[in-house]
Amino acid sequence: MTAVPDIEFRGVTKRYGAVTAVSGIDLAVPPSAFVALLGPSGCGKTTCLRMIGGFEQPSEGQVFIRGQDMAGTPPYRRPVNMVFQQYALFPHLDVEDNVAYGLRQARPRLSSREIASRVGEALAMVRLAGYGRRKVHELSGGQQQRVALARALVNKPAVLLLDEPLAALDKKLRTDMQIELQNLQREIGITFVLVTHDQEEALSMSDFVCVMNGGRIVQLGQPSEIYDEPADLFVADFVGKTNLLSGKVAGQSGELVDIALADGTVIAARKRTALRQGETVSVSLRPESLSLGAPESGRFKGIVRNRIFLGSTAEYAIEVQGIGTLLAKADHLIGHGNLFKPGEPVAIGFAAGTPLAFPDPKNNGTNQRVTKHVEIIS
Amino acid sequence: MSAGTGAVSMHGNKLRDNLLTALLLGPAAAWLVVFLVLPFIAIAVFSVGERAPEGGYQAAFTLAQYANLPARATAFWNTMMLAPMGALACLLVAYPVAYYLALQAPQRWRLILLALVVIPFWTSLLMRTYAWMYVLGGRGIPALLAYVGFEDIRLINTPGAVLLGIVYGYLPLMILPIYVSLERLDRRLLEASADLGATPLSTFLGVTLKLSLPGVMTGFSLVMILLLGEYLIPTLLGGGKVFFIGNALVDLFLQSRNWPFGSAIAITLVLVSVVVLIAANRISTQVSGARRVDLI
Repeated sequence: MTAVPDIEFRGVTKRYGAVTAVSGIDLAVPPSAFVALLGPSGCGKTTCLRMIGGFEQPSEGQVFIRGQDMAGTPPYRRPVNMVFQQYALFPHLDVEDNVAYGLRQARPRLSSREIASRVGEALAMVRLAGYGRRKVHELSGGQQQRVALARALVNKPAVLLLDEPLAALDKKLRTDMQIELQNLQREIGITFVLVTHDQEEALSMSDFVCVMNGGRIVQLGQPSEIYDEPADLFVADFVGKTNLLSGKVAGQSGELVDIALADGTVIAARKRTALRQGETVSVSLRPESLSLGAPESGRFKGIVRNRIFLGSTAEYAIEVQGIGTLLAKADHLIGHGNLFKPGEPVAIGFAAGTPLAFPDPKNNGTNQRVTKHVEIIS
Repeated sequence: MSAGTGAVSMHGNKLRDNLLTALLLGPAAAWLVVFLVLPFIAIAVFSVGERAPEGGYQAAFTLAQYANLPARATAFWNTMMLAPMGALACLLVAYPVAYYLALQAPQRWRLILLALVVIPFWTSLLMRTYAWMYVLGGRGIPALLAYVGFEDIRLINTPGAVLLGIVYGYLPLMILPIYVSLERLDRRLLEASADLGATPLSTFLGVTLKLSLPGVMTGFSLVMILLLGEYLIPTLLGGGKVFFIGNALVDLFLQSRNWPFGSAIAITLVLVSVVVLIAANRISTQVSGARRVDLI
């Protein structure tokens, strides 16, 4: 790529005493992208964001913003702005003064007329025109969120950093804000870096998802790549719901590999890395890739234990002898009446090539991950 | 359950709640009535009375005592200078200490350092002020200074000594409220300020200082009001050459036994204190925002 990346990490490691929070990160964020740093808590995603903002210094390596090495540059001299978790709005200032805060720090000073007009524009952009004289505590969570956005964007940063921006909102508002953030990013055209532990949020909003675990980047790709072609077992399990079946490699046939499952069934799966004969693996099968049918067809035979009706789809927990409980998702076609009832026998099928096999050194044969899903849905 | 019994039991609960509230508040209320309200009424009544020929109080209704207040104008003036100046000196020393304790000191040291601030309170102020008399007196620091060649340096019985005694004596009362308000300060606000381009100095002036103002005002009014009645430190460390309202009150009640005039002075002092308190409260709520935002 010829364009200078907006954000670049080169061999960045961050240690706190004996604890390594981030280790050996290399990452280049292209201009005007919406990037999500996704991972469980403690994976180092927030530390990465704070190193861009200048609140933490890397122990090793360099962070570049638009090609400039940021080593030793304090937060107040960096061309980025952050939307903080729970917003961190100034309680002693009203909405207008909160938004004007960054502009008033600019040297040489901006004229008060320019400040007023830019604050007005920023508030209009987040649909809060007319709220300027409100106190921050008089606003709802969603409105406070938008003030925080306006307060950051009014400074025209090179990059906007968002630290779990939607975590404090309820589900309905969160969905609205996801769309709003996406529109804003396209409208302004600057890079957004979002930190989240919510895979749905990461997949739905961003152009690129950077999945992190244990202080490292596990996979970087477009949301559909991350979902369809997870790099390893962690990503397959963390992003989206999936069934993980344990088995052993029974044979290789070109691109595909034959896996013998616990009940003796042999299925053909795709692989991401070379697998040895007899190696213990976990096979990921997405709930929506399973098809349910009459008891006499299909690969597995099972009994429906739970049904969760979700409107357009329905999710089933199906107990399969010798395998465990599988989660299946089926479209609900109106007027079709194709809902299975708990206790009913069903057959489960899947298209060839949909299963993905991963080496799993930790898996000792029990099917813990699938039981976890059942706990969630039952 | 029918609506009738519901209403009855609710009524019963309400009665019990009221009784409980009364029981809990009772001791404190009784204390305040006996030791604050009644004496205050007595003083108010005394202040419109007359001095009995042999001293003390004689019933009357006259504003003569209040008309006589200018006779002690110097004491008033001195007190009105000492109290805010002393409180200001205290504030200037206390703020950096509180700031360090709340925002800079390592977590594990914080409690120990706070204890060190409070521990001097366990000894009477009188004792500690006497101690300063010896430290500042001829055989204390001046003797040491003479030893290294600075002869004839007088420390005791100077305004500086009084100021030092006041700052020393009242420092904890100023540090603690400021510490509390700085400790409650949301650190992310400081990061947000830096993120928006504010230098450390403008973050301090624009965020930290403003949000700690309630603590500053509490400490300032606490120290200032106590200083309005202070006479011990100026007497012991200032040589008793400058008279304050405290001195006037001791004199009027114990020596010249002019209780009504003393009462009039006391009432005036209380009114001044109340005005100071209200003003301080107004200022701090206005600058630091009427309410804190609690987002969780």
